[in-house]
Amino acid sequence: MSTQRAVRRRIAAEVGIRTLAYPIAHQRLFAGESGDHWLSAHTLLRPIHYPEFAAAGMNGSSLLKKLAWSITLLIALGHVQGAQRAVEPKAAKLVVDYLTQEKEVRPNLPNFDLVVTDDGIQGARLAIQDNNTTGRFTHQTYVLHETVVPLNGDVTAAFKKLAAADHPSILLDLPADTIAGLAALPEARDKLLYNIAASDDSLRADRCSANVLHLIPSRAMRADALAQYLLKKRWTKWLLVTGPAAEDRLYADVLKRSAKRFGIKLVEERSWTHRYDARRTAQSEVAVFTQGVDYDVLAVADEAGAFGDYLSYRTWLPRPVAGTQGLVPTAWHRTHEQWGAVQLQNRFREQARRWMSERDYAAWLAIRAIGEAATRTQSVDFTKIRAYLLSDDFSLAGFKGVPLSFRRWDHQLRQPILLAADRSLVAVAPIEGFLHPTNELDTLGYDEPESKCRFATGTKDNE
Amino acid sequence: MNKPLSLIGLIILAVVHNGLAETIFVTLEKDNALAVVDGATQTLVNSVRVGQRPRGIALGKNQRQLYIAASDDDTIQIVDTETLQVVGRLPSGKDPETFAVDPRGDFLYVSNEDDNLVTVIDIAQQKAVKEIPVGVEPEGIVVSPDGRWVVSTSETTNMAHWIDRRTLAIVANTLVDPRPRAAAFTSDSKQLWVTSEIAGSLTIIDVATKRIIKTLGFKIPGVTQEKIQPVGIRIDAKRRYGYVALGPANRVAVIDAAKLQVKDYLLVGQRVWNLEFSPDQKRLYTTNGVSNDISIIDLEWHKVLKSVAVGNYPWGVAVKP
Repeated sequence: MSTQRAVRRRIAAEVGIRTLAYPIAHQRLFAGESGDHWLSAHTLLRPIHYPEFAAAGMNGSSLLKKLAWSITLLIALGHVQGAQRAVEPKAAKLVVDYLTQEKEVRPNLPNFDLVVTDDGIQGARLAIQDNNTTGRFTHQTYVLHETVVPLNGDVTAAFKKLAAADHPSILLDLPADTIAGLAALPEARDKLLYNIAASDDSLRADRCSANVLHLIPSRAMRADALAQYLLKKRWTKWLLVTGPAAEDRLYADVLKRSAKRFGIKLVEERSWTHRYDARRTAQSEVAVFTQGVDYDVLAVADEAGAFGDYLSYRTWLPRPVAGTQGLVPTAWHRTHEQWGAVQLQNRFREQARRWMSERDYAAWLAIRAIGEAATRTQSVDFTKIRAYLLSDDFSLAGFKGVPLSFRRWDHQLRQPILLAADRSLVAVAPIEGFLHPTNELDTLGYDEPESKCRFATGTKDNE
Repeated sequence: MNKPLSLIGLIILAVVHNGLAETIFVTLEKDNALAVVDGATQTLVNSVRVGQRPRGIALGKNQRQLYIAASDDDTIQIVDTETLQVVGRLPSGKDPETFAVDPRGDFLYVSNEDDNLVTVIDIAQQKAVKEIPVGVEPEGIVVSPDGRWVVSTSETTNMAHWIDRRTLAIVANTLVDPRPRAAAFTSDSKQLWVTSEIAGSLTIIDVATKRIIKTLGFKIPGVTQEKIQPVGIRIDAKRRYGYVALGPANRVAVIDAAKLQVKDYLLVGQRVWNLEFSPDQKRLYTTNGVSNDISIIDLEWHKVLKSVAVGNYPWGVAVKP
């Protein structure tokens, strides 16, 4: 394993860009079979397409939906002889790209935290495997093509190379500015980019782009989820602590927006400016820092985790912490077990030997969305997949009890947000009682009337 | 019909029911136990320890044996229905949740969720004889009453896989709504009903063509759509009514099986999960996971008669005549 990694690193150093194709994990599915009946059967999988038929009680749905429902995949199998095995129909192949850049490990990382170098990619790999299991019945195969640009490498050049290779589905595990830059390239025009990493609301507003789908929740969605829950608890006076990073200010901004939206009082905002390692001095610093004000909840904006973890149990008044630390709004968490989530958790852990992160989950969703579209449209054709993903018929199961889909106005995936403590899932937002005329998931984040996203004409969804 | 009369009717029915001696067995997921309810008195009469996290449950040949999926023990236990002792175990593969027994009681078909497999067990030999690769997260499994088909539903692949019971090979796949949970055949083996958790729907499939006849949605005033998560299905032998447990919606949907329309919703306990008929099909028993009880529904009046507290997290139910 370590030798492989060393080789990869050397190649990366030589070529400048690390590119690996992930093998289709088929072997295990057929291992342990008694006899080769199944192996041979697999080679003869052949879907038969039925033309649309008029089924009773399906009025009101679009032609596409009817087609999707009525396509019954009849796979003729029969008894297979050795000679017939040569007749192997070619499976339709769909390549998904994963583009990321090596990240700097932040200093002062606690010793008890696992250093994760494959965040996101593992989720993508699992989804490819899941899609391939389904693909055996639809006669589609999925391949993940991973590109890891070194720390000082040129991401734009790597992206252009992928774009030229005519793989139109590209997952971007990159910061917001890079995503905005890539989406605006002429090479990106007829592509679909899947943002699995950047929560910036600007990517869904003034910097939005019709060729980008956002699988990861925006910061505003997170803040609204937290505000809904704290309002339900009637903990409506917040003291806001904001860290020095630019992202911390963005996080604080959405907390302020949510507070205003849900009638929560921001008692005061204080900036955490201590530059040294807070671990050593937290006991005295935090007590002093939180003095002189009364509030219900200490809301913290510290995305990098530089000080937020040291606030709990050290405040002047006994108050809970929520936000980037304490009670955290997130798309995925190890404490989440409902709605079959434990199955995904188990599958992921078996593969990655660690817990699934939010980014892994976003990558899994992106590739599952592609797979779902390919299954329902019975096609690996990019135009059809894109049209289906953005249509009203698209609905994705994401282990959160409700169907997930893309918001038409900014291409954000609407999804419930988990409110998780370290060892306990506290609540799932939208919280009961927060209503919306069309979809309660749209109580989280920027709703259509308030969205500042205007997709440029010419690159509009093909609806 | 006026209220007092219907009440008297229910009392008479209750008295009539007292003459019946069926036994209701309920797996208790969080108690690692099997609850035994007497059908005549409609009371909990016993609770015996079984394996860890018991979920799926079914009666075997001659009703002498009961099979219980002890999910966390990775086995299916055999319980003697008279002595209530665990008398054997079957090699189910990893984490068995749901399984089905063929009409003659010779084979057992198990969904192995984590491995994307259906395991076929020869009950007499107590041996796994075949593993059939299916879609991602197989959940619902059912054998057609005519013994022709085994159908496995996969929750992430979103298909009903049609396994020919003679060859044990998949011969067809029907794409259904997201997260299919349970499946049930009509007694004439002509229709397959499949519930989908995420879409909150019931798909009715023609067995001959494997095509969808109808997709039914559920709407209950005052209950949000996401609470409607259809799971267990039972269809009566005459195909007059079908019943669908709606999970956290705390209701059982009554479906006119001829018109394929929802006729009524019956309020039962919380998180209603699985259903089973009494042998005469005059009553329906429901397991209610969160309220820790079972509901007894009278099927002539479509009225919920009673709930019986059974223990923590009732999951599956089997009824012995």
